[in-house]
Amino acid sequence: MTDLPIWVPAVPEMFVAVAGMALLLIGAFSRSDVAERIVTNLTLAAMLVALGFVLSVGGGTATAFGGMFVTDVFAIFMKVLVVLGALLAVLMSREFLAHEGIGRFEYPVLILFATLGMMVMISANNLMSVYLGLELQSLCLYVIAAFHRDSLRSSEAGLKYFVLGALSSGMLLYGISIVYGYTGNTGFAGLAESLAANGPAEIGLIVGLVFVIAGLAFKISAVPFHMWTPDVYEGAPTPVTAFFSVAPKIAAFALILRVMLDPFGPLIDEWRQVIVAIAIASMALGAYAAIAQTNIKRLMAYSSIGHVGYALMGLAAGTADGVRGVLIYFAIYLVMNIGAFACILSMRRHGDPVEGIDDLAGLSASNPRMALVLTAFMFSLAGIPWFAGFFGKLYVFMAAIDAGLYVLAIFGVLASVVAAYYYLRIVKIMYFDAAVEPLDRPTSRTLGFVMVVAALLVTTFIVYPAPLVNRAGEAARSLLAG
Amino acid sequence: MSEIPWLSILTFLPTVVAVGLWFVNDEDPEVVASNVRGGALLASLATLAIAFGLWTGYGIFNHFDPATHEFQFVEHREWFGEGGFAYHMGIDGISLFFVVLSAFLTPLCILASWTAIKTRVKEYMIAFLVLETMMIGMFCALDVVLFYVFFEGVLVPMFLIIGVWGGPRRVYAAFKFFLYTLLGSVLMLLAIIAMYYQAGTTDIPTLMAFEFARDMQIWMWLAFFASFAVKVPMWPVHTWLPDAHVEAPTAGSVILAGVLLKMGGYGFLRFSVPMMPEASAYFTPFVYGLSVVAVIYTSLVALAQTDMKKLIAYSSVAHMAFVTVGIFAMNEQAVAGAIFQMLSHGVVSSALFLIVGVVYDRMHSRDIAAYGGLVHRMPKYAAVFMLFMLASVGLPGTSGFVGELLVMVGAFRANTWVAALIATGMVLGAAYMLYLYRRVIFGPLVKEELKSILDLDRREMLVFAPLIVAVLWMGIFPMTFLGPIEASVTNLIGNYEAALAAAGVGADPSVLAAR
Repeated sequence: MTDLPIWVPAVPEMFVAVAGMALLLIGAFSRSDVAERIVTNLTLAAMLVALGFVLSVGGGTATAFGGMFVTDVFAIFMKVLVVLGALLAVLMSREFLAHEGIGRFEYPVLILFATLGMMVMISANNLMSVYLGLELQSLCLYVIAAFHRDSLRSSEAGLKYFVLGALSSGMLLYGISIVYGYTGNTGFAGLAESLAANGPAEIGLIVGLVFVIAGLAFKISAVPFHMWTPDVYEGAPTPVTAFFSVAPKIAAFALILRVMLDPFGPLIDEWRQVIVAIAIASMALGAYAAIAQTNIKRLMAYSSIGHVGYALMGLAAGTADGVRGVLIYFAIYLVMNIGAFACILSMRRHGDPVEGIDDLAGLSASNPRMALVLTAFMFSLAGIPWFAGFFGKLYVFMAAIDAGLYVLAIFGVLASVVAAYYYLRIVKIMYFDAAVEPLDRPTSRTLGFVMVVAALLVTTFIVYPAPLVNRAGEAARSLLAG
Repeated sequence: MSEIPWLSILTFLPTVVAVGLWFVNDEDPEVVASNVRGGALLASLATLAIAFGLWTGYGIFNHFDPATHEFQFVEHREWFGEGGFAYHMGIDGISLFFVVLSAFLTPLCILASWTAIKTRVKEYMIAFLVLETMMIGMFCALDVVLFYVFFEGVLVPMFLIIGVWGGPRRVYAAFKFFLYTLLGSVLMLLAIIAMYYQAGTTDIPTLMAFEFARDMQIWMWLAFFASFAVKVPMWPVHTWLPDAHVEAPTAGSVILAGVLLKMGGYGFLRFSVPMMPEASAYFTPFVYGLSVVAVIYTSLVALAQTDMKKLIAYSSVAHMAFVTVGIFAMNEQAVAGAIFQMLSHGVVSSALFLIVGVVYDRMHSRDIAAYGGLVHRMPKYAAVFMLFMLASVGLPGTSGFVGELLVMVGAFRANTWVAALIATGMVLGAAYMLYLYRRVIFGPLVKEELKSILDLDRREMLVFAPLIVAVLWMGIFPMTFLGPIEASVTNLIGNYEAALAAAGVGADPSVLAAR
């Protein structure tokens, strides 16, 4: 007997796909001087609608497309973060692209398609749909990394990202094929069943699993698969970097959480040691390598590598508390990173963007408001209480301690002290050093608004944290129940 | 009346005002500066009034009941949803006077910075008010996570105060201060989390009653110790203190010495001793050892200093070592003495830093050799200096005497050798303070640039007057303070001894001797 296909859980994705194609047509058939503006505005609207669809899908766990696709509270939580990240990235890009003269209507559409890929990744319930979402996302990202076509650095970034990304996709596929060979399954439910039933895992299966982890670790830029990150972050246009640092990372992390805990949950003892090792390596590299940076985008790249290390602690714990920690971590990370990039985008001198950390010297005198806001983000990124970033760290450390990963937790806190140094260095440059030549006063209302709202969220999260914590807890339980 | 959340008002009033001050703007920076100064002073005075009100029960306030060891003015609210951390505030006899001390020193700091701080006055005052919130909140917090937030939050404004308004090596000092204390604190954070999973709560009163396994206690004690020892600071992790003190602006040094160092001692009393009694007993000789070294070593180092602030900074380390001996001697005199000594040191060392600040504002030098014979031009200054110098030495009739005497008596009961060794610290203390005083105040006034130096003006007298009153009051009527402390200390020691007796093991000879 055949059931009618149930598509309701995938309505947001379908909407985004249709909207993306429609926007391409609208862009192609509009007058070239207004195409970009129309498409950008419509993209923002489409993202808002998509956000509404995501929220209205409902809390229960449901699958579609023959079990290829799943939604649950976890997926909704992550999709909200990803769509918000994409929305803010488009919003923050507008003026920058216009100023650089590289604005084209394909840009917002590419971000929209990338978002679609991320949403599919988050909801993937089969290794095939994992790959599908991942590639859709990656291909769009390669293009927008190189979006500044006349800039050598941007083209280099895109090419580098493409070559290494293709390599990692290959590793992932190779891993998937080995896993399929050993278990005869690509569906998560089937995999979990056969892995739980078969007792100790065969060595070949573990090799496959390691390849899968390597492929995914590349996407979240965990050490030792991080090499592309600093170059791509530095080379890509700054709003693209802002986008890279949040949305794809969150989506890939959602994916790695689901893949590791759902189908490969029974093998936790095998993969935990790998995750612990890359978590420690990421935290350490993120902390030490950032110290020597002079370009703020590169610094943010290393900072994001470190942050991924902390989030991996939650995955290593492998418990509902761990997942909750990761979710809280990324919700807060999204806000503070977008805020920090809004500040970076506002750094201009004589109208040209500057990226040196030293360019911030004396900012506290020339622009006290922006200095204060950026200081809040830096303290938050460093994980100093009372800023929100501390609570993100607190919850993943809690999960690690609960799971008995004491060594990991100790490495984590020590790395956070080292990392505090370079975040403080930015505060020091803004407040303690004399200005060389003041930056321009930021003119963009949008960026100012994003900055201030993000700063308020970061500083006042402590007043009313319960909704986020409860929602993340719910999402975490829905993932582990599934 | 008990419905009014006084402790929250006390804690957050300064920050609320600080946020308001951010929006004070005018074409003329002088107008902004004077408005901000006034606003900050009023806010801190209001906070002080509330703190005094809670202590004395004057007017609309409930009286702090000195007869009970229970937490008072308790507030309990949901905070973090699932997972349990709550917003829980309350004070007992141990924390009461630290709250009062924090509220007492902040207006003095603001007054002392009235003319000394000329740049970025607005940011400075905001930093100070936020700092006050963090300090008071830390002493009131009855949830470990809430405590940790305040404990660490202190670093943020202090980092900026040292780094922006400090001396020539301010950047180095600010980073050293921040990273040193952060390193200690993060280890404590791990212990807090471990505690949470063991006991299932972060509520301090519940944790105090919870019995942790002995091995667990040892590890947790070490983690907490890493944090508190840096804060106190104990030898050999005291090296951030001289740098931070020397480079901080005067008011920053006052808060550092007056309140921030007390956080370590308070932490021992609130966490280490009641929650990890067996580990505390086990590590008592270790603490004694470090404290004795600190007393003698830092006193000798103080003797060799040529920088006034550095000398006082080292004397702080020596005085705080008395406190740690007192806390771990674990009998009523010693613990009450340790608390009293912390309060006394809070007032006296603050006053000494202000005294250095007075001449620094005039001459822009902290070098002892740059001064001499000040008594001829500055008789009032010499008198005030003498009073606080003698209080620091521990002259009867001043606050320093009461604290040191009680600690000595208690320490003698616990361990005679330790008492004998820290007594040398008192002698050395007299040596370096008198030596400092002679070089700065006495002798002929030969230096040209000193010949036109002015004595204390009225604002400065206004700063010192409350401190003089406090030092004498504490010295002459110590029961005003020891009374409310007593019930909580008796209870602390009772629980500690009961826990050791129940464990039956782990008590080292010195503790047994104390009973």
